[in-house]
Amino acid sequence: MVEVENLVKHYGPIRAVNDISFEVKKGEILGFLGPNGAGKSTTMKMVTCFLTPTSGTARVKGFDIQKNPIQVRQQLGYLPESAPLYDDMTVQAFLIFVAKVRGFSGSDVQKNVDRVYETCQLHKVAHQPIHTLSKGFRQRVCFAQALIHDPEILILDEPTDGLDPNQKKTVRDLIASMKDDKVIIFSTHILEEVDAICTRALIISEGTVKVDGRPDELKKKSSLHGALTIGFQDAPDENLRKNLLNISGVRQADLIDLSKGKGLRLLSDSEAEIAVPVLDYLKDQKIETNEFRVEEGRLDEVFRNITQPKRA
Amino acid sequence: MQIRNVFRRELQGYFNSPVAYIFLVIFLMTTAWFAFDWNQFYEGRQATLEPFFRHMPIFFLFFIPAVAMRLWSEERKSGTIQLLLTLPITTQQAVIGKFLAAWAFLGIALALTFPMIITVFYLGNPDPGVIFSSYLGAFLMAGAYLSIGSLTSAITKNQVVSFVLAAVFCLIILVAGFPMVAGYLEFLPTILTDAIISLGFFQHFESLKKGVLNIGDLFYFISLIALALFANIQVIEAKKAS
Repeated sequence: MVEVENLVKHYGPIRAVNDISFEVKKGEILGFLGPNGAGKSTTMKMVTCFLTPTSGTARVKGFDIQKNPIQVRQQLGYLPESAPLYDDMTVQAFLIFVAKVRGFSGSDVQKNVDRVYETCQLHKVAHQPIHTLSKGFRQRVCFAQALIHDPEILILDEPTDGLDPNQKKTVRDLIASMKDDKVIIFSTHILEEVDAICTRALIISEGTVKVDGRPDELKKKSSLHGALTIGFQDAPDENLRKNLLNISGVRQADLIDLSKGKGLRLLSDSEAEIAVPVLDYLKDQKIETNEFRVEEGRLDEVFRNITQPKRA
Repeated sequence: MQIRNVFRRELQGYFNSPVAYIFLVIFLMTTAWFAFDWNQFYEGRQATLEPFFRHMPIFFLFFIPAVAMRLWSEERKSGTIQLLLTLPITTQQAVIGKFLAAWAFLGIALALTFPMIITVFYLGNPDPGVIFSSYLGAFLMAGAYLSIGSLTSAITKNQVVSFVLAAVFCLIILVAGFPMVAGYLEFLPTILTDAIISLGFFQHFESLKKGVLNIGDLFYFISLIALALFANIQVIEAKKAS
């Protein structure tokens, strides 16, 4: 549905986007991750035909962004970063304008405006001027604008940025509810969001794609992946630590603080399965534990490792 | 169709904010003051709107860049340009729709000076043809200033810079047509001074103000507007690629 091919964008001497390629298929929710200035927004602006690429191209449902920009825009719903809106209009007038520009006429205009009121819960503010709205409502109005023609492809630039936790949840639920029949590309720097709703994550940094994969695959890249966290009734002593370290596959054992007192974190050699031998050992020695957990790995750690230059 | 949608939104935008009303009040008060007081309308003992139109080219230098400055600067500053230009609207449609809305707003401002017409008809027997062509001239000149203002507004997101640039460009084009410019440029061949003068606003507006409806003058204003809007579109396209 969306194919991005070797997109490059230079702002003067700055290479904002440096040869990005990816493809998104129906039913995928693609999380676009990266630090500020990584090129997320710029890539989205090129796909939505707001910016012209320096080189490379993208196709949306087969329409080329450079050759058929109008058709591309017809297929897309776009929520720009920080939800820009015509402040002097009411929500109703604004959505009617967008509906008409999107080609609806007659009773279809109001029908579609009503539909997005429902989806984005905007009934309450329909007749309010946009400049009187809170940030959460602004975000939802801008979201509604992107949904008015029920597009198959949604491009959302930081849809939850600056919202409170409840509003974030609302927007996330909204995205998740649409995942079956749409392609959704959204950028964020909130990693839990990726974990919660994405079927695929793309980490970009310095204008290039660093990682492309499912969130659980990404987590495997974390050094914590497969690690064990063990809490003990009695604080573990140095002897215990050394003995656990002797079990094959255990690479490292660190004393850590847990909610119920001291514990140990055992890191495994890559791919080694250490949970069973460690459990067996603890049973043999009759050591009481109050917590035993196999770690999946942490996205934030993966994100940091990929996007931060290695410290010497 | 898309032009009409853009046009309607833009014109609504004017009247949704107090700015439109402030502009209208300033416009009506200033033009009335030009017509009646500054020119000693009553001492002239003539039922004519000539004094009303006489200072318009100068007054427009300030008024129209002020109306035009928000056209594109505001869109860029508030980010709404990202909405507008990612909707299925071409840059041409957006530029023309917004320009026509601002022009219509100026048309409304001019139309609201109708008490002037009533006054002179009440006082005497002015020539309706002259009044018509003067209004037409004012409207066309307003459009020409406006198209330049729209262009400078697309260049910068700073409204003040846009205002100053538009005022300066309009001033240059206005002054180029002043008869005294020909005096300063005596050393040039006549054909060149004539060309410079005919490129300026002044002569074209003068002849319409006198009631001379000349295809050449209409053509001048329309082509100036078309040229400025063409440049406007190019500026926006170039900014997408920069």
